[in-house]
Amino acid sequence: MNVGDQLPPIEVRITREQLVRYAGAALDFNPIHWNEAFAKEVGLPDVIAHGMLTMAIAARVVTDWLGDPGRLLDFSARFTRPVVVPNTEEGALVEFSGKVGDITDDGIARIDLVAKFDGKTVLGKPQALVRV
Amino acid sequence: MVPWASSQLAVPAFWGGSFAVDSLNGVPLDQSFIGRTYPPETSYEVSREKIREFADAIGDTNPVYRDPEAARAAGYPDVIAPPTFLTIINLASINSIVTDPELGLDYSRMVHGDQGFSYTRPIHAGDVLRLTTYIDHIMARAGNDFISLRADITDAAGERLCTTRAQLVVRGEDA
Repeated sequence: MNVGDQLPPIEVRITREQLVRYAGAALDFNPIHWNEAFAKEVGLPDVIAHGMLTMAIAARVVTDWLGDPGRLLDFSARFTRPVVVPNTEEGALVEFSGKVGDITDDGIARIDLVAKFDGKTVLGKPQALVRV
Repeated sequence: MVPWASSQLAVPAFWGGSFAVDSLNGVPLDQSFIGRTYPPETSYEVSREKIREFADAIGDTNPVYRDPEAARAAGYPDVIAPPTFLTIINLASINSIVTDPELGLDYSRMVHGDQGFSYTRPIHAGDVLRLTTYIDHIMARAGNDFISLRADITDAAGERLCTTRAQLVVRGEDA
């Protein structure tokens, strides 16, 4: 592992079906994630993905690369832009990537992640600390 | 409506933006809640089935989340949970705090600002989790309220497994 190493990127098409599935799995039933009329009523363009779903997929970039998720020590992100999910088979295409930003002397690497939808980042400073 | 606390609404630009604007919107959150601790009221037993359901929902095929043999081969006592699995109990705790009428928070205007997890070890099937939540900070800026929560998640032996951090933002009327 070296500073600057790129992690294998992931592309995910988030669909309405996945939002419903995630809502049930995470017990997060906020209607902005499944009810188009409600989402529009509160000023959103359409149903949006759970920020925590986007964050979960960003974590996959790290854990797929590590193999052993137990090496993940810390994981954080800000939710800065919504992922708008249309009612289509294609859903919303979100691209995830990451690279090794720093490695400390005590064997901890910082992974800087990127999550992009519609050409813009949707997570602010998504970052993982991992045991080298 | 069921109280909820999740995720983001449309593009609030207040972080990184100007905090110079000062407007008075509604009643600010009760500052006396800073430092308040919410001890566990119940425990949560992690099951193989819930872990698999969660892994399916995030599209993660890692065998350590699904196959006890693969998990044991990797050195774990049973299948482990994906890193953000703890959102399940974390969100439930956030919801119970923010709907406390004394806090005075309008959760229909609340968005999830950020989230963090610091792990001691992965959660595995069979863990019985208890969660203690702390209100670390409450502040008002530019007509928005910010509330910072931290939660320690422990196992049945009382060992800390993870600390979660969340900032919630309550948008002011004009924000």
